[in-house]
Amino acid sequence: MLLVLGAITLNFLLIHLAPGDPALMLAGEAGGASEETLKAIRADFGLDEPLVQQLLVYVGKLGRGDFGFSYFYNASVLSLIGERVPQTMLLASASLVFAWTVGLTFGVLVARRPTSLGGNVLSVVSLFGYAMPVFWSAIMLLLLFAVKLPWFPTHGMTTVGLSGGLGARALDVAHHLVLPMLSLGFIFIAIYSRLTRAGMVEVLASDYIRTARSKGLGEWRVVVVHALRNALLPVITVAGIQLGQVVAGAILVETVFSWPGMGRLAFDSILRRDYPLLMGILFFSSLAVIVFNFLTDICYGWLDPRIRYR
Amino acid sequence: MTRWLLLALTLLSITPPPADGQTRGGTLKISYAEPTHLNNAIVSGTPTGFPATQLFASLIQFDDKFQPRPYLAERWDIAPDGRTYTFFLVKNATFHDGKPVTSADVKFSIETVKANHPFGVAMHRALEAVETPDAHTVVFRLNHPYPAFMSTLAPLLMPVLPRHVFGDGDIRKHSANTKPVGSGPFKFVEWQRGRYLILERNDKFFMSGKPYLDRIVFEFIQDPAARFAAFETGSIHLMPYNYVGVANLKRVESMPQMAVTTRGYEAIGPLIWVEINLRKKELSDVRVRQAIAHSIDKNLILNDIYLGYGKVADGPLVAASPFYSPKLRRYEYNLAQASKLLDDAGYRRGSDGMRFKLTMDIIPGTSEAVSIAEYIREQGKKIGVDYQIRTSPDFPTWAGRMASWEYDLSLDVVFNYPDPVIGVERTYISSNIKKLVWSNTMGYSNPKVDELFARAEREVNFERRKAAYHQLQDILTAELPLIWLFELGFATVWNKEFDGIPTNIWGTMSPFLDVHWKKAK
Repeated sequence: MLLVLGAITLNFLLIHLAPGDPALMLAGEAGGASEETLKAIRADFGLDEPLVQQLLVYVGKLGRGDFGFSYFYNASVLSLIGERVPQTMLLASASLVFAWTVGLTFGVLVARRPTSLGGNVLSVVSLFGYAMPVFWSAIMLLLLFAVKLPWFPTHGMTTVGLSGGLGARALDVAHHLVLPMLSLGFIFIAIYSRLTRAGMVEVLASDYIRTARSKGLGEWRVVVVHALRNALLPVITVAGIQLGQVVAGAILVETVFSWPGMGRLAFDSILRRDYPLLMGILFFSSLAVIVFNFLTDICYGWLDPRIRYR
Repeated sequence: MTRWLLLALTLLSITPPPADGQTRGGTLKISYAEPTHLNNAIVSGTPTGFPATQLFASLIQFDDKFQPRPYLAERWDIAPDGRTYTFFLVKNATFHDGKPVTSADVKFSIETVKANHPFGVAMHRALEAVETPDAHTVVFRLNHPYPAFMSTLAPLLMPVLPRHVFGDGDIRKHSANTKPVGSGPFKFVEWQRGRYLILERNDKFFMSGKPYLDRIVFEFIQDPAARFAAFETGSIHLMPYNYVGVANLKRVESMPQMAVTTRGYEAIGPLIWVEINLRKKELSDVRVRQAIAHSIDKNLILNDIYLGYGKVADGPLVAASPFYSPKLRRYEYNLAQASKLLDDAGYRRGSDGMRFKLTMDIIPGTSEAVSIAEYIREQGKKIGVDYQIRTSPDFPTWAGRMASWEYDLSLDVVFNYPDPVIGVERTYISSNIKKLVWSNTMGYSNPKVDELFARAEREVNFERRKAAYHQLQDILTAELPLIWLFELGFATVWNKEFDGIPTNIWGTMSPFLDVHWKKAK
């Protein structure tokens, strides 16, 4: 609780440190404004009050579950964020599932024959994916698979004005999801595959694996059931910590593909000095980090009975 | 009483009907910046104006020669003293909710604009009273002759709002601003923030048979590369205001299925200039300002950075303005002359070859502006002026610096708008020296200039009015309170599947009455 309050205060002060205020931004959008209009806007948003008072008012409202109104959109912050959360969850979870699947597969394959040609090729490929800046890989994917080979749509999450049943619309979303998912997933493949590989190499050399093999268990069962489960611990740790990186990557991917998610909303609200919206987003991001850490801990216990909480 | 009855004009349409006998149908997909809301009575920005001019009709519209044409008003009458304007409304116009458009709505609208629009007071300070003798007649009484009045009634600047919808509460926070009811050719359907805005054909539009399109969809695509990809693949059909990116224009020109035009921006009149803070000691000397002007090769900027899209500017008015003076004092590119002027002003080169330092701000948003600033910085080295480029991460930062007068020089883009009263005098008159962006932030003050602007504002005789503006252009180009670089050549690009894109002086900021889809059956 204290942590959340501290985060709110810090966020608030950092945001208000940026030069220029929302009134000027709105004036710019409007193509100029009179002094009276600027004053009226500042009074409307309480920007003419001292900073400390603004903070107290904000925290007070937050306590009552009131996140305020977006200056730019004239809409409630909660509803704006609510509209975006599912889209970002969809993109992030699809990307992570993709990255886990590919990363773990690569890791396992390489760990079994670390020095083989195939192993080296996979390592290089996953490193390449990691080294590519997201915005670059996103644009390259866009140019290649949406323009040169028009297999996927260039932007958005749905085809505007598409009519059809639930199935057709779900397919439409999936079609739009492919490229953003690939570009966001690429960053994580390398990390997961290297962590899996390191863990697997170590675990595969341990005694209990030899025991399992000598029991006559199949290779597949030894690798996946016995070894992988133990090798997964560091992967889970990193996945939990990486939430911030997912959000950062999502800002870029969402911008390139016009994916209507939280990342873009956050980025826009910074540019527009949309304080209430930005504060709301930061608040929920902090919450998400806390929740993720909690989930990570639970996963530990499930994977490794030795660290189960009592 | 001499009457300017323009009844005959009602029989002519704004643009000739397309020859191929177009039919209804089709969805035009547009990409442009997302607005805050859709009520252009209270903001002037083009992101709002673009959809809003489809949603709201206005009293009049304009042709490609700055001449008014009927719209909601089928004819009008201007008294010879220039103080009484009477408009007669069409009788069959209704709002999208079915209620009729009446003179009371017009009165409400102009009062709303005057009280809330960023240029409201500038445009309508002469407005004394609005009378509504009957439901379809509206009379504007002005307290002095004001020939710019017609220009202020264009679709972008004076939407006719339904009073029964917008008449209650604070208009700036009105819920209808984000789902408006107008009387224009298209009506509001849906707006998903950050994604798209859908407008659909108004079947009960008062101009029979129009419009032709079924739908207009605005898709908000922020990444320039993605925008271009969407345009290239045909999933976006139109982008105005260089939204496609200056660097891409040549490529679009080479695509056989795409069209480019720089027409339709005459009433916007975008000028790029180097704004000068005249409070700074070195810059208060006209010789220093002239030296800077002589050190810049405007043609090079235009051709190398803007790829030739635009026109070199040497004065405060764009060349398309009816008041433009072709006999301006020009400062040719001449480095020797520039150095001599600086020597004369008493600024000697120091041991490092520099005379003094100045900061140069850049209006954020385009890479072209950065290139201009870098070019000017290199030119500065040649004449001994050390420019430090100061970038701003975003618009509010830059606007804050300008509004607090904390700058030496800054690149700026300012629109002329269709009449100097609206878009030009704000930069130069001393009563507008304010701590506001796009006011007279330079601190320029010349009583003669003030007096000439005031006189021109009231001069009904076109030739005499033009003479006053010519004189102003002489004075301003001699005193050089800022350095005009060039007129930005805004371009509209579109997919040739569509035709009839407006090319009047307001271009895409006017109703899409004749736009049609060639593949419609």
